[in-house]
Amino acid sequence: MKTLLSKPWIWSFLGALVVFLATIAFTRGVGTGGILTAALSLAVFTVIVGTGQMFVITLGPGNVDLSLPANIGLASAVAMKVMDGNDAMIAVGLLAALGSGLAVGVANYLLIRLLRIPPIIATLSSSFIILSIDISYGRGLQIKPPPGYADFTNIQIVGIPILAFVTVAFSVGAAIVLSRLVYGRSVLAIGQNIRAAWLAGVPVERVRFLTYALCGALGGITGALLAGYFRGASVDIGNEYLLSSIAVVVIGGTSVAGGKANVPGIWGAALFLVLLLTMLNTFGVSPGLRLVLTGLIIVGVITAAGGQKALR
Amino acid sequence: MPQSIGQIIKLDGVERHFGAVRALDGVDFKVDAGECVGLVGHNGAGKSTLMHILAGTGTPDRGSLAVGGAAQTGYSVGRARQLGIRCVFQELSLCPNLTVAENARVSHRSIEGWGWRKRAAALIGDKLDEIFPGHGIDPNDIVSDLPIGKRQMVEVARAFTVTTDPLKLVILDEPTSSLDAHASAQLLAYVEKARQAGISTILISHLLGEILSSASRIVVMRDGKVVASDVAGGFDRTRLVATMGGAEGHRADRTKTEARALGHAPVKVKARPEGQREGHELVAREGEIIGLAGLAGHGQTRLLLDVFRASTGKRPDAEVTDKVALVAGDRQTDGIFPLWSIAENITVRSLARLRRGLLIAPDMTRQFALDWQKRIGIRTPDIDNNILSLSGGNQQKALFARALGSDARIILMDDPMRGVDIGTKLEVYDLVRREAEAGRTFLWYTTETEELDNCDRVYVFRNGRIVAVLDRHEVSEEKVIQSSFAEGVA
Repeated sequence: MKTLLSKPWIWSFLGALVVFLATIAFTRGVGTGGILTAALSLAVFTVIVGTGQMFVITLGPGNVDLSLPANIGLASAVAMKVMDGNDAMIAVGLLAALGSGLAVGVANYLLIRLLRIPPIIATLSSSFIILSIDISYGRGLQIKPPPGYADFTNIQIVGIPILAFVTVAFSVGAAIVLSRLVYGRSVLAIGQNIRAAWLAGVPVERVRFLTYALCGALGGITGALLAGYFRGASVDIGNEYLLSSIAVVVIGGTSVAGGKANVPGIWGAALFLVLLLTMLNTFGVSPGLRLVLTGLIIVGVITAAGGQKALR
Repeated sequence: MPQSIGQIIKLDGVERHFGAVRALDGVDFKVDAGECVGLVGHNGAGKSTLMHILAGTGTPDRGSLAVGGAAQTGYSVGRARQLGIRCVFQELSLCPNLTVAENARVSHRSIEGWGWRKRAAALIGDKLDEIFPGHGIDPNDIVSDLPIGKRQMVEVARAFTVTTDPLKLVILDEPTSSLDAHASAQLLAYVEKARQAGISTILISHLLGEILSSASRIVVMRDGKVVASDVAGGFDRTRLVATMGGAEGHRADRTKTEARALGHAPVKVKARPEGQREGHELVAREGEIIGLAGLAGHGQTRLLLDVFRASTGKRPDAEVTDKVALVAGDRQTDGIFPLWSIAENITVRSLARLRRGLLIAPDMTRQFALDWQKRIGIRTPDIDNNILSLSGGNQQKALFARALGSDARIILMDDPMRGVDIGTKLEVYDLVRREAEAGRTFLWYTTETEELDNCDRVYVFRNGRIVAVLDRHEVSEEKVIQSSFAEGVA
């Protein structure tokens, strides 16, 4: 029990559990299954972008990708346009979305590296450019996904969305990348001390490049998946992931100062955020108050979870 | 302050534990007014822990502490300051983003109001002039722009500045480890002057010569205990070494190995300091140990970094033909990964070789770390403990293990012996010589002249240029200092 409590990710899962129990206590158990299914379906997207964001944040202070919402929006439009309502084009559409995200990631890195702009500014300004491209490319129209694709993103097995299974496998992969690949160790090393990492022979710039490209590509994939799940692409489909991608990383036990990352915590934090929203909805809280409460609760959780790792 | 003759600080039966490690195991220790106490012992003997307790940054688990005869409860850094006790830590503690003058203000609250910056600058500037004449530091320099040697000078000078709080005892933990011979001599002379003025000092050093010549009393620590305390005259080198125990028992007679004929070995490194077009060029052949000498901060580190950069990309002023690894001397900024274990810190340079397929193999990394822990003698109950659980010298050993365990054929050493005890030093010298005989090339920047005895050839730096090349038999302290100050050469 004590070793379990010392894991940084346990808090996010506990938070999710508390919020979940509060919700079903309020509904007296009505619709429990439905709440879980909906929570898993939505958490999946946050987990994927959150994982990308986690790798970027782990690179150390100042590293963050603020272009994810615009990236997701553009990729959703690219995927839907390429698929063009045709089931035969699903794979091509997914690849196109991946490529679109990858291109955004590479562009971010080039801005940071060649023009020496701090990542916050670079990714924020690139998100305006992406948004403009998206608006002129998608012309603000909602493009429908192919029926087979929309069905696939909504398939459930005993109430669990198939995407959740895929994403769990993805998270296992991300954890392996982080702890067992030289790339992952390099990210952790750079986040702790970039100069020491360079002097220890870590190819710092290559690792940073890969990380921003990876985060961009994951944003692209998420865009395509969201378009399928919500049955249509739109410019603002990724808007909520600006805050939530960063929040899940921090709530999940990853250090904002860099050098320490946590994959399981992202799942707990994503479920926590989704269930929190469900809870506030069930309680019938008005939208304005809901935003205020969400903000306060995130701040509270981060403060509480941050207190126990003051070692440094 | 002749009226303050008497006891300054006294510890009785002090214990301090870190998990299973007994850093201090019942220590009695005192300092009287007008004393310079030399404190020696191996890495991990407990010297730094003891100083942290005196400075108020650490609290004893058991035992009592008295200052000026009055027992202390709730002793802290602030209290220590009020009582006139200052400390210069081994891990330098200046704020890197502030100027020298602003750093001086940090420890002198009484400097305030209009023109505080100017007064702080005058305070620290005068003290620097007094201790290190010709130091070349401007009080308006940002600390992070200063090389580590000058940062150390600032830190020492700041400890001796006085405004409102009294000054009775200054603890100097390895104060000369980043200073060259010239600045070290200036500091030791000042310590003696301060002692005559009634200011006591505790001098921790691994350089026994320094301790024997400067201290009025010598205290020897071993395994968390004080094992000897006597007037300095009661010790000589042999007795000190014997009392410290351990590896120096077999202190190698430093007969220089005869000059090796390496004139035809392939050239591994060719480099010129940036901006030096003509004159001496540094050349290192396979199996050679090349020394970089001169006063601290005169371009040696920069040349090492140029060579390091040249190993991964083309540089106009350096040619490198093999893989390179670097042993950092400024370990907090250039070496340590503070969130990682000792094992992770050792293996980071070699991960590509410790894989099965694409995955890093935990059993292979563990074995690698354990091998090197044993080879270089890192004192820890568990190699998976955090790196910061080690004493400074042991952290340095981990950095040595990282570089020597790598596949690099050229090893750059950036004054790497800071805070390393003599026993370990001798072992590392042996290791370096053996590795050189096996064909590795070493570029070794050092501020300790006796380390140059290990080198096949020594390049002396001044103002970012190479001003002299000394062959193995020509190397001596006078010669190096003489070349460092020679004007108008090259």
